[in-house]
Order: sequence, then C-alpha cells, then structure tokens
Amino acid sequence: MLYYTLKRLGVAVLVAITVSILSFSMIYLSGDPAVALAGEGASNEDIENVRRVYGFDRPIIVQYGGWLVQALQGNLGHSNYLKAPVASVIFERLPTTMLLGACSLAFALLLAIPLGVVAAIRPNSLIDRVALSVAVVGQAMPSFWFALTLILWFGITWRLLPITGTDSWKNFIMPSMALGYYLTPAVMRLTRAGMLEVLSSDYIRTARAKGLRPLTVMFKHALRNAIIPVVSLAAVQFGFMLGGSIVIETIFAINGLGYLAWESIQRADLPMMQAIVLVLSIFYILLTFLADMLNAFLDPRIRVA
Amino acid sequence: MKLRNTMFALGVATLTFAMPQGAEAGKSDDTLNWTSGREVAVVDPYYNNTRELVIMGHMAWDGLVFRDIESGEFKPLLATSWKWNGDTAIELELRNDVKFHDGSDFDADDVVYTLNHVSNKDNGVLTYRNVSWIENAEKLGSHKVRINLKKPFPPAFAYLANAVFMMPSGHYDDVPKKPDGKLDYAAAKPVGTGPYKVTEIKAGEFVLMEKNDAYFDGSPKGKPQIDNMRFRTIKEMNTAIAELLTGGLDWIWDVPKEQAERMADNPAITVENAKTFRVSYLAFDVLGQSGQEFFKDKRVRQAFAHAINREAITKNLVGPASVVIPSACHPDQFGCVQDVPKYDYDPEKAKALLKEAGHENGFEFDIYAYREREFTEAVIGDLAKVGIKAKLNFMQYRALRDVVRKGNTPVNHMTWGSYSIPDVSAIVSNFFTHGPDDLTKDDKVKEYLAVADNSIDADKRIEFYNKAFSRIAEEAFWVPMFTYAKYYAWSKDLNFSPTPDEIPRFYTAKWN
Repeated sequence: MLYYTLKRLGVAVLVAITVSILSFSMIYLSGDPAVALAGEGASNEDIENVRRVYGFDRPIIVQYGGWLVQALQGNLGHSNYLKAPVASVIFERLPTTMLLGACSLAFALLLAIPLGVVAAIRPNSLIDRVALSVAVVGQAMPSFWFALTLILWFGITWRLLPITGTDSWKNFIMPSMALGYYLTPAVMRLTRAGMLEVLSSDYIRTARAKGLRPLTVMFKHALRNAIIPVVSLAAVQFGFMLGGSIVIETIFAINGLGYLAWESIQRADLPMMQAIVLVLSIFYILLTFLADMLNAFLDPRIRVA
Repeated sequence: MKLRNTMFALGVATLTFAMPQGAEAGKSDDTLNWTSGREVAVVDPYYNNTRELVIMGHMAWDGLVFRDIESGEFKPLLATSWKWNGDTAIELELRNDVKFHDGSDFDADDVVYTLNHVSNKDNGVLTYRNVSWIENAEKLGSHKVRINLKKPFPPAFAYLANAVFMMPSGHYDDVPKKPDGKLDYAAAKPVGTGPYKVTEIKAGEFVLMEKNDAYFDGSPKGKPQIDNMRFRTIKEMNTAIAELLTGGLDWIWDVPKEQAERMADNPAITVENAKTFRVSYLAFDVLGQSGQEFFKDKRVRQAFAHAINREAITKNLVGPASVVIPSACHPDQFGCVQDVPKYDYDPEKAKALLKEAGHENGFEFDIYAYREREFTEAVIGDLAKVGIKAKLNFMQYRALRDVVRKGNTPVNHMTWGSYSIPDVSAIVSNFFTHGPDDLTKDDKVKEYLAVADNSIDADKRIEFYNKAFSRIAEEAFWVPMFTYAKYYAWSKDLNFSPTPDEIPRFYTAKWN
C-alpha cells in the first residue's frame, strides 16, 4: 500500500508540473502578453514599455524558471492586471467556487441517487425509463442553455430568484442546478448499476429471507454498499466542478475562480493564470489521488495491479 | 455564442414586450447601476487603460480643459485660461476654488506633480502615448503652470481634455511595493476633483461612487444629480439584459443588434444606437511582403473598394448610427477631410478593374480579422460576387497584431478607436508615418503628415491632412469601411444621453 501511495503521489507531482509548463507555453503561443496588457490599439512604444516594466522581454524559460522558484517558496506572484498578490485574489475567490461546487454536487447527488435507486427497484419499467430520461437530458443539454433557461423562467418570468451575484443563498440555487445537472447521469447510472448488482447478491436475499422490512433492506444493506463507487466518482467530479464552473460563473456573474481563470486567459495575465492552473490541478490531482486511495483500500486487487 | 444568443433572444423577445416593469431599484435608492463586461480592480486612469476607466476617469477626476462634445470647443475646467508660448509650451492659469475629494486644495503643485510623474516613462503609465508628448511641467505661481512639450504637438488639448487627469501632489509617493521591489502605483487610493468620489472597490466585482457635494461651481460638467453610482462586472450580455429587465441594472451597452431591436419594444426600456470613435478598415499588403502580391497593383485595391457594399453592411449589420467613411479617419475627428476620391459600390466596375489588372478570372487570397466575424464574412461574400475568393483567418487581436506588423497579411480587416481622441493624428499618423503599423511606407503621405502633425496652425494642418487623405484614397492603400456604432439600453426612469465618443457622461444623468 505504501509503494502504491508513493507511486501515485509521484505521478501527481509530475502531472502538476507538466500542466504548469503547458499552460505557460500555451499563453505565449496564443499571442504576445505585452500586447494583451497594453490593450487593443496600443502604440509600439506603449507595448515595449509594458514588456520592459513587466519583464516579458526576458527569455520564456527564464520567466518560467523564475515563477517556479518563487512558487515553490510560496510566492505565487503579482497579478499584472488586477495589480494585487495572486495568492490573495485566488484565496478570496476560491471559497465562492468551492461553495458553488459543493452545492452543485449536493444537487446532483440528491437528484441522481434517488433516481438510480428507483430505477434499480423496477429495472426496464416505465419508472426506469423516465428516470433515465431525466438524467440523460442533463448530459445532453448544454449547460449554458440550461442556465439561460433557468434565468428566463425563475429570474425574469416568475421573479423568484436573483439572477446574478453571491449576496445570499438564493443566488446559488440556479447556478447549482445548472452546474450539477450535468453530473446527474453518471451518478444515476452508477447508482442504478450498483443497486442492481447488490440487490441480486446472496446477502440481500438472506436479509429478505430473514423477514427484514423492504426499506431497511434497500437503504441499510443495499444502498450503503452500492454507493461506494459513487463516492469516489463524486470526489473526482468535485474537482471537475471547480475547474468547470467557468461558463456558469460567467453567466451568473459569480466572482469565483472559474471566472477569474477565464478573464486571466483573455488578458494574458500570466502570473494569475499560472497560479490558478496550479491550484486547480492540485485540487484535481488530490481528489483523484484520494479516489485512487479509497478504491485501493476498498479493493485490494487495485493495489496489486 | 450565436446559438446561445439566438436561443435566449427568442425567450427575451417573448418576454420583453409582455413585461412593462422597468428598473425600480436604481431610482428608489438613488443609485445608478451600470455594467460592462470587464473587471475593474484598479481605479486609476493612468494604470488601467480599459474603457471602464476612461468613463470613471471623467467621473472621479477632472482635466485641465474640457471638450464640449457638441461644438468641439475646448472650455476651461481646472484651468481658467491658457496660451501657447511658442510651439512647444503652454501656459495655464488654474482655478483657485477647487478641492480634492480628500479635502485638500487644488493648485499648481498638483499639476506639476501629476504631469511630471506620468510623463516619466519609468513610472509605467499603461497608455504612455497619452502623455509621451509632455517634456515636463513647471510651476509659475501658486495657480499658474507651464507645460513644456517635447516637440510641437497640435492635439495637445485633445489629450489634456480626454486623457490627462489631475491627481493631488504626492499621490503616488506612499504606495506599497510590489514583490519585485518596485512601487505599485496602481495601488494608490483614488482621489480626484471630479463630480463623483470613489467610496468602495471590490476588485473584479463592483466600484461604488458617491456624489461629490463639494464639486466646484461653474464646472462645464455641471453638478452631479444622482447620489450614487454602482458599477458591476457582468460578462454575459444575456445576463445583463435579464438584470435590466428585472430592475437589477439601470444601464447597459454593447447590446447585440438583434436583441436591441427586440428590447426596443419594451415600454420600460430606452434603446439607442450611438456613434463611437472606432472605425473599420481593410488594409492591403501594398509592398507585397506576404507572398501574395496582388495588392501591389492599385487597380486591384480599387476593385476591392468598388466590390464591397459598405452601405449594406452598415445598415444591416452595424446599426443606424454607423456611417460609411471615405477617408481613413473618423468624420468627427479634427482634420478628417471628406473630400477625397470615393469608390461607390459598383461590382461591374470592380470586375473591369480586375480584368485590366489581369485577373479576369479572379484569384484567391488570405484575409485576416479579429473582431465581428460577420462583418468580415459580409466582405468575403461581396468579393465572391466579383470572382475573388477570400480565405478567412480569424485570430485573437494579440496574436494578429504581430502577424500584421510583420507584413504577413495580404489583407487585414481591422478596427481603430483612436483612444477617443478627436484628432486625426490619433489614427492616420499611427498608420502612415513609416512606423511598425505602416504597411505602405509611402514617402509622400509621410511627408504631408510630418507637416500636419507638427504645426499648431489649424488651417495648415487641414491643408496637409487633405493632401495625405487624398493620396491614401487615390492609391486605395486602405478601404475605409464604416464607423462603429453601439447599442445602449437603459431604464425609462433614467434621463441619459449617449455621446459620440463612447464615453458615457454619467455625471449628467438624472432620474425622470
């Protein structure tokens, strides 16, 4: 188990560094950051001045090396656009994104697990088909379209919910639904498959033969075992939601990390973009690592392989 | 993006007419809520060069002079009078009844400090060209200064009115240091003399301003009417429209044409299409550096000018406030001569010119663009009608700019906003004086501009700009396309008038 843990940890560190190098290179491939910072229509003199003042005139490898050395010492740099320490901006906005991710995940689990259970109780019945349809629509429907539809009905027509901002818990309802609905099909199908497998196992048959109540069999014995793979999936998907909230944060004008990432790419704010990529990849890697560990703990065959 | 806009627009179309409710929140708490798509973290017009800060710059700060939008005249603002002292010095008398938002008095020391700070290249002002013409400023008395110029700079007053705002003396002295040890001038607390004072900033989220009750009498900006201004960043236009419809916002702009036209049916919303200083143009690889040498031939360039139906693009895609331009400048700019050779839409003439140039069967070339893809696609469609096939290379501005400068674009479809400076030197002198943006390197145009750009005699300037623009048009170095126009939408509760320079003057707004 220790060897496996160290191996996975090593891979995780290498992935974080690779992602960081790739993102640094890609921002240069997409154009000159000095031009982006100086603004559209800036004169050559303005751009040269920006390049000199912000150190873009140094070789790329030197810039990257400098950033990496500082990052390893805990200094993530200073945003070229927001003119503030990168770490403080990120940690100011991270809680909003984490809250949105958690609410979205909660919405997805609350919708998908009951649907999966209901579908498994009556496989291939009308209920199963309806549950499957509800879930699949979530995956098929573009999240931006779903988000705008929610705004149209809940925000404009019925005026039940605020459209933008993060002032109250109500502000998180529509974004969480829009972001979480996408995750529903995977969770629902995994729950359904797990439940079907567990429900046909010997110990469930034994529980039923002992005369336990159907609900006790279903929730105490079957669901607890069927849901284990869902937990590891949810852990990984939480990482995805932190990085994948860009569209939803933009639509609902939520000042979170996803929106910050998108804006930083647009304005070629290298230190900010690098730090966000690093933070998000660390989160994602950590969650994947935890899921791996959980799976290995639950299933010894994974450790051996 | 188009699919998303269309889907949402369908919904908005059904709802906007049915919903007479307008923005109530702003009027009820005397707060004008306005938005745009860019984040604002730094509220300093020298260290943030976005359009938002140009707008806020005019709200929270004052320049030495004021440009009357209607007449184009320069009027006293912080300066009461001025005179040129030779070609390279301006002497100004200053007001003695103005206070900064922090309560300190405005005087010559503030002007000298501000101008000497911003004109020092090492201080890293983002749009340095706004102040690069200033050599230094000297104090001549407690309320009198002299601005020394590096060389004759006729549009000095246009810059003084639009982009040079006064800060209190010592404003940038006590700022914190950045990790690299340099002073972080962008961190200076915003303090100006303007009709509104900045009260709170949440980086990337909002900027709050409050009416400056002590704003001086006699300012051509007038006394501010609305108590508070709240700027918010909303990137997604559909969301901004939804907020306007439900009262969360009082004012938005950059509304797409089709959505603006539908919103115009809503009785609670005012929609207006207004001019901007941005122009659209096609520039040719006149020197043949790109490997596609068709455009060395003047007849081919002229054929392009005749082949493109600019009126139709303006009318159908841009908006009613947009106009077709014959000269390589904006008609509202000083020196933008209109009496130049013109090219009407005439596909037959275009075909004849192409035949004369040996391209009877047309040819294929690459066109580069970065903004409003549909405008460039309309150009490509028109060219196809005369047998010219264009391959569109659509890129981000920051990537395209280098490609253009290296001469690798046979034709580029670009835009230029002139920094809202109402003088042609802000456009033509950037593109035709053999600088890095000059793809023609024409000696005659450069010679004419050298005279026009360096004379403070207005008539002489006009005479030489006339020569320059006439030659540019005659040689068809550019196909000037049209002026940009943008749609504004605001609550009927708000009394607001857009201005043609894309700088909304919120300090003149009031509630109906």
